[in-house]
Amino acid sequence: MPIKSGPPLLSIDRLAVEFVTPQGRVQALHDVSFQIGTAEIVGVVGESGSGKSVTAYSILGLLPAEARVKSGSITYLGRALRELGGAELKAVRGSEISMVFQSPQTALNPIRAVGAQIADVVRAHSPAGAADAAVRAIEALREVRIHAPERRVHAYPFELSGGMCQRSVIAMALACTPKLLLADEPTTGLDVTTQRAIMDLLIGLTRSRGMSTMFITHDLGLAAQYCDRVIIMQNGRVVEQGATEQIFMNPGQAYTHRLLSATPQAHTRLIDLIPPSEQQALGVSSSLLRASKPTRAAVTPVLRVRGLTHEYPLRGAQRSVLGLFGRRHRSGDDSRNKFRAVDGLSFDVAHGECVGLVGESGSGKTTTSRLIAKLVKPTAGSIQLSGEEIADADPRAFAKSAKRRLVQIVFQDPAASLDPRRTAFEAIADPLQRLARIRQPAALGRRIRDICDLVDLPQALLGRYPHQLSGGQKARVGIARAISVNPAVVVLDEPTSALDVSVQAVVLNQLDKLKRVLGLSYLFVSHDLNVIRLMCDRVMVMKGGRIVEQGKVEDLFKNPQHPYTKSLLDAIPRIDFAWKAGSGGKLLSEFP
Amino acid sequence: MRHISALVSHTRRMIAHNWVSLAAITIVTFLAFIAVVGPLMTAYDPYVTDLANVFSPPGKLHWFGTDQLGRDVLSRVVASARIDLSVAICAVAASFTVGVGIGGLAGYFGGSFDLWTSRIAEMVQVFPLFVLAMALVAALGNDLRNVVLATAIVNLPFYIRLARVEAGVLSTQLFVEAARAAGNGDARIISRVLLPNVMPNLMIQLSVNLGWAILNAASLSFIGLGIRPPTAEWGIMVAEGATQAMAGHWWLIVFPGFALALAVFAFNLLGDALRDMFDIHSR
Repeated sequence: MPIKSGPPLLSIDRLAVEFVTPQGRVQALHDVSFQIGTAEIVGVVGESGSGKSVTAYSILGLLPAEARVKSGSITYLGRALRELGGAELKAVRGSEISMVFQSPQTALNPIRAVGAQIADVVRAHSPAGAADAAVRAIEALREVRIHAPERRVHAYPFELSGGMCQRSVIAMALACTPKLLLADEPTTGLDVTTQRAIMDLLIGLTRSRGMSTMFITHDLGLAAQYCDRVIIMQNGRVVEQGATEQIFMNPGQAYTHRLLSATPQAHTRLIDLIPPSEQQALGVSSSLLRASKPTRAAVTPVLRVRGLTHEYPLRGAQRSVLGLFGRRHRSGDDSRNKFRAVDGLSFDVAHGECVGLVGESGSGKTTTSRLIAKLVKPTAGSIQLSGEEIADADPRAFAKSAKRRLVQIVFQDPAASLDPRRTAFEAIADPLQRLARIRQPAALGRRIRDICDLVDLPQALLGRYPHQLSGGQKARVGIARAISVNPAVVVLDEPTSALDVSVQAVVLNQLDKLKRVLGLSYLFVSHDLNVIRLMCDRVMVMKGGRIVEQGKVEDLFKNPQHPYTKSLLDAIPRIDFAWKAGSGGKLLSEFP
Repeated sequence: MRHISALVSHTRRMIAHNWVSLAAITIVTFLAFIAVVGPLMTAYDPYVTDLANVFSPPGKLHWFGTDQLGRDVLSRVVASARIDLSVAICAVAASFTVGVGIGGLAGYFGGSFDLWTSRIAEMVQVFPLFVLAMALVAALGNDLRNVVLATAIVNLPFYIRLARVEAGVLSTQLFVEAARAAGNGDARIISRVLLPNVMPNLMIQLSVNLGWAILNAASLSFIGLGIRPPTAEWGIMVAEGATQAMAGHWWLIVFPGFALALAVFAFNLLGDALRDMFDIHSR
C-alpha cells in the first residue's frame, strides 16, 4: 500500500489484545496490522468498541492491568516495543512516541500548574535543570499559540478553557520533539470552532516538524480533512485501509460504505443515513417523507417565547456574612454580581415543527433548553405553551401540575439521565404513573409495550439496568420516557451527540418518525449543524445568550448573514475533496 | 420481593468471589448469634461470685478462667456482647436516621437551612469526639441510656456532612432533573431517587461506624463513665484486668480485649462487603 518512501516508522503486525473481565475473556483486538511511515498523518477511524484506543495504548504499553497482548508485534524504527523493559519503555514514551489524550481536563493533573507539568516531561528526558525546563515550558506553550505564555505557565487546568487545556496537553506531548504522535480523539468535547483551531494546530505542527501522527477519531469528516491515509476499524479488526481519497471516494467494504452514509453531510437526506435494507424495519420510507413536508397554516404556535431572560447570581454575592443575617451586599452596580446566560430570547414553534437551536458552549442554549422544559425558573420573560403561560411557575410546583406533561425533555447524556438503580421499565413507567395516572399494572404494561414498539426498543431489554444497555438503547429509553405522556413539545438537548454515528443515524430517523406519527413539536438543541440541517425546519443561532440569526434551514445554510454563523458553517469538517485541495488549512491562533 | 431475591443471589455470587466479605459476614453473624443466644447457653451466671475460685486460670471448668470475684470470664464476655452491640446499634441507628435526614435535606434544598445545619454540625465537631462524649455522660448521669445518647450526639455531624455532600452531588445529576420532568415532587425525589442512590456509600460508613461505636462505649466504661461494674462489659473487664495483668492473670484482659478487637475488625470488613452487595454495576 502507498506509504511514503523509506522504512516505516511504526509497524504493527497481527496484534491481538484481550481483556480479562469477571464475565470472561473479551477479545479487544484481532489480528490488527498496519504501518505508519515517516512524516505522514494516518487516521484510525471507528465507532465505540472498535479497538482504536486499545491499539494506541498497546503501542506505548499503557494498557490496564486486566489487558494482555496475546500475540503480534509492534516495531518502532526496528525495535520491538513489546520486548522493552520498564526503563527503556519510559525513555521511548514522551521523547520518541508521545500521546495526546481524549479529555484534556482529565489528562492534566488538576493540582499542578500547567507549566510545571510540561517541565516534568522535559526533565524526565533531558538533563535540564529546573530553570531551563521552565523556559522550555514557556516555549512549548508559545508554539501551541497560547497568548501570554509567561503568565499562562502558572495557570491551573481549571483556570483554562477546554481548548487551552488541550493546547497545553499538546505542548506536553511535543515538548521533547517526538517522532510519532498518537492523538486519541483530541477534539472530543470541544466546540466546533475550537475543534478546527486545535486540528489546524496539531496538523500544522506535525507537518512543520516532519513528524508522523496517528489520529484516532470517530468523525469521518475530520479524518477526510486532515489525514493522508485512513484505517477503518470495527470490532477489533481492520476493515479497510488506504489513501484518504481512495477510501472515501471508493469504499471497498460494506462497513466503510455504511459509516460514510451514516455521517451527516451537506447533501444527504435523513433517510439516506441508514442503508435501504434497514429502512423498512424502521417503518420509515421515502413515501412517508414526501408526504410529510409541513404546510403551515395560520395556527397559534404551540410554543411562544418572548423576552426570555435568565441570570445566575455569582457566588461571591451570596456567601457574604452579611447575607447570612439577611442583609444583601449592596454594591453600586448590581450587574457585577450576575451572569446573564439568556438575554431576551423571543421565538415561536409551530405545531409539528422542528426548530433547531445552535450554539457553542457558553451560548446559553443549554440554559434555554432547561428554561423551556421548566426545570429552571427564568428571571424574566414569558413562555406560552399551547396558549397557557408557564414561565412564572416554580419548577417544583410545576412538577405536580397538570401542565407538566405538555413539555418533556430528552437529555444529552443518556447514561447520566437514567437512574442507575432503576430498570428501563421503571424509568419509562415513572412519567406514566405520575403524569398520566396509569397506575394499574396491566394497563401500564400494555402502554409501555406499545411505546417500546414505537421507539424500536426490544421488550426483552425492559428488565435491564442502564449499565447493561448500550448507548443507543439508553437513548431510546430516554426518548420513550419523554414521549410516553404525549407531550405537545419535546425539548431535545443534543440527544445524539454521545452516540456512535451509525446509531445516531437510526435514532434521528426514529425521532423524525415519532414527530410525524405523534404530531410532536421539537426544540432541537445541538452544536452539530449537519444534524440540525437534517432534522429541522427552522434554525436559530445563539451566541452570548442572544439569537444572532434565525430562519429556514436551507436559507441559513446557503446564505448565512451573520459573521458568527458563517464561521460556524466554515468550521464544520467536510468530506469534500475539492474543498481540501483549494484551501491551505491555515493555522488559527487561540481565541483569547 | 423481586428485589430481595435478586439481592440474595447477588450476595451469593459476591461471596464466592471475595473471601474477605464471606469472613466479615460470618464473624458478624457469629457475634450477633452470641449476643442474642449466648447468655442463655453459658453454664454460669455472669454475676454470681464464687470467692473460693478467684483468679483460676483457663481450664476445664472455666474455659476463660475466673476474675477477682470468682465470676466466670466466658459468661461475662458473652453477656457483654449483648450490651455492647445493642449500645452500638442503638446509638448508630439514632445518629444515622437523624443525621442522614438532616444532611440529606440540607444537601438537596441548600439555602439557609444548609448554612445553619452545617455551622451547628461544625460547632459540635470542634470538640474531640471522646472528650465530648465524656462530658455528656458526666453531665447527664452515669447510665446506659446516656452512653447511647452521648455516642449518638457525638456521631451526628459525621452523618450530616456525609449525607449533605452525597445528596448535594446527586441533586445535580441529570436523572434527578429527569425525575422532576416526569412529575415527581420533592418528597418523591428524595425518597425514591436520592435515598436509594446514596444508601450504598452510607452503608459502608454505617458499618465502620458501628465498630467505632463499640469502641467508644468500651472506652467510656474503661475510664469509669457510663456503664459501671458489676455490669459485664468488655471495657470494664479490660480495665479491671489491666490492674491484674502485672500479677500474671493474663486471661482477664486477653479474652475481653480479643472479643472487642474482633467485633471492631469484623464491622470494618463488613463495610466493604455491604458496598459490594449494594453495587448495582456488578449485577
